[in-house]
Amino acid sequence: MDQFLQHALNAMILGGTYALLGIGLTLIFGIMRVVNFTHGELYAFGAYMMYMWVMLIGANFMVSIVLAIALGVALGAVIEIVLLRRLRGADIDTTMLVMIGAWIAMQNIEQLAWSGVAKSINSPFPSAPLVMGAISVSWTRLFVFAVAVVLIAATNVLIQRTRLGKAMRATFQDREAAALMGVRIDTVHTATFALGSGLAAAAGALLGPVFVVYPTIGDLASLKAFAIVILGGLGSIPGATIGGFILAFMEELGAGYISSGYRDAMGFLLIILILLFKPTGLFARKERIG
Amino acid sequence: MSRAVTLASSLSWVAFLVTLPLWMNDLYFLHVLIITGIFIVAAMSLNLLLGYTGQLSLGHVAFFGIGAYVSSLVSLGFEIHVWGETTVSLEPKPVWLAMLVAVMFAGLCGFMIGKISFKVRGAYFVIVSVSFAEVTRLVALNWLELTQGPMALNNIPYLKLGIPGVGQIDFIGKLPNYYLVLGVAILTYVIIRRLVRSRAGRAMIALRENEPLATSVGIDVTRFLVLATVVSAGLAGLAGAVYAHYVRIVDPDVFLFIYTVTMVIMVVTGGKGTLAGPIVGGLIFGILPEVLRGFEVMPEIQWVVYGVLMILIVYFLPEGIVPALRDAWRRWAGRSGTPPARPTVVVEAQP
Repeated sequence: MDQFLQHALNAMILGGTYALLGIGLTLIFGIMRVVNFTHGELYAFGAYMMYMWVMLIGANFMVSIVLAIALGVALGAVIEIVLLRRLRGADIDTTMLVMIGAWIAMQNIEQLAWSGVAKSINSPFPSAPLVMGAISVSWTRLFVFAVAVVLIAATNVLIQRTRLGKAMRATFQDREAAALMGVRIDTVHTATFALGSGLAAAAGALLGPVFVVYPTIGDLASLKAFAIVILGGLGSIPGATIGGFILAFMEELGAGYISSGYRDAMGFLLIILILLFKPTGLFARKERIG
Repeated sequence: MSRAVTLASSLSWVAFLVTLPLWMNDLYFLHVLIITGIFIVAAMSLNLLLGYTGQLSLGHVAFFGIGAYVSSLVSLGFEIHVWGETTVSLEPKPVWLAMLVAVMFAGLCGFMIGKISFKVRGAYFVIVSVSFAEVTRLVALNWLELTQGPMALNNIPYLKLGIPGVGQIDFIGKLPNYYLVLGVAILTYVIIRRLVRSRAGRAMIALRENEPLATSVGIDVTRFLVLATVVSAGLAGLAGAVYAHYVRIVDPDVFLFIYTVTMVIMVVTGGKGTLAGPIVGGLIFGILPEVLRGFEVMPEIQWVVYGVLMILIVYFLPEGIVPALRDAWRRWAGRSGTPPARPTVVVEAQP
């Protein structure tokens, strides 16, 4: 039982960052109809920026997180403006090929810039874990969870309460009608991609100090984000949030009770189960053939 | 008349490739051609899905790797523990049988993936296929008893074929394998050509062009998509099996995503949905790394170049090289009866 509680606690904490990843990807797909293969690279970018600020420049840990997220937002905006803007109206496969090309290029640039050696990032929190009865958790992980929850809440406020969020929701429902009502579609798309990228970079910046950073971490992050989004239904933010936690639980329990070698295979198992039993995802609002 | 021209040009191409080792007697170059040929077979199989049905299989390397592993394991034999004391074991089988089993097993995997993921389409098939490839890699890495994990399968036997009147041929070394790959490539080309020009092929193209319309005239969409996936996976498995018995060592790296990307780039550059596209793209991207190696380019830079090239091709040559050349040729030659190389479909309307 104690072991189960420990796994559940780990899963809760991991789930927060997975939810960040999933929300970013689902926003981009829902609003822009782009299958974003660079998502994992933005995650890796966030982690490497964290490494750069904390370990190479020696900036404050909190400041570094903010800087890493801001740089992720900026990189996302650049990708959207340079690569995707001219493909507006192109079919989904065309944009997918461009994003795959960008993914390959970005990952290898990372490899060139940072070398293949794994990097670790020091955190300013005490290394002794917080012990609660039979279970324990490190302070860094608690902090990561808290920041993730704050960011999820902030994203929801942005989507539900602000003018930009309203424009995004309108574009999601009907792009043409939104454009006719005076919504600047270009701005909405750039903002969406930048926001989604910022969330991926945030996940990377938060998990970087927990694990280690190496150039291909983005691949698994992408796959996990896809699994989360399929689980929750493409375009659904609550779906992506809950999907993130479900995937984290499956991974933790699978690694704990089955085999740790297959931990990363859980996402695929999840995709298969969902496609077999509820192909529209748990929270899909629209039809999903696209 | 144009049929005769096409036949003559095909025959002269084959004759050129058959005689190539006679006057190009460089073993390293032959090795590059063999590997390129194997990739071209894999790219042709991917083209069947990507080009003719419009479904991007981003885990295509999984079928290639499964073909390589199954063929190796059947020819080497294995013994595994399944449940407690129960073991499953297999005596080593002849290589040709192993390759046949590999093709069938890869096709079966294609069938299951197709059945699961074609309930939904587009982005979902892509994501399911890419996750599937990742899982096969994890299995190859972790199931030590069967696959030796990172220690790799070694000493894989080579193919021996007894041909009546000729005697036994050992496919070991460069020259016999060159002809083996050439034969497999021609076989693959013929299979795909026959398939896409059959009723089933026209159905696939129709649903690539306009799925609702294709469904409305009674085409069973899922059936044809699954059929294409099975054939495509089987051929990719064949490429993997040939690869395994040529290099004679197989490790989990055969599942690396980067090989799928190579195949996709070959198909997209050459021209998806054309029969010659994967061959042209395959030759370019099979030979290019060797040229780049001559300039001592780091592999990372090579991949950055590939990624950027892929983006540029989508922007500036969206149909690929072969259709672009064909259009240029038609404009130059006027309308003097060059038949369209790919079956044109009456369906034009967009949903």
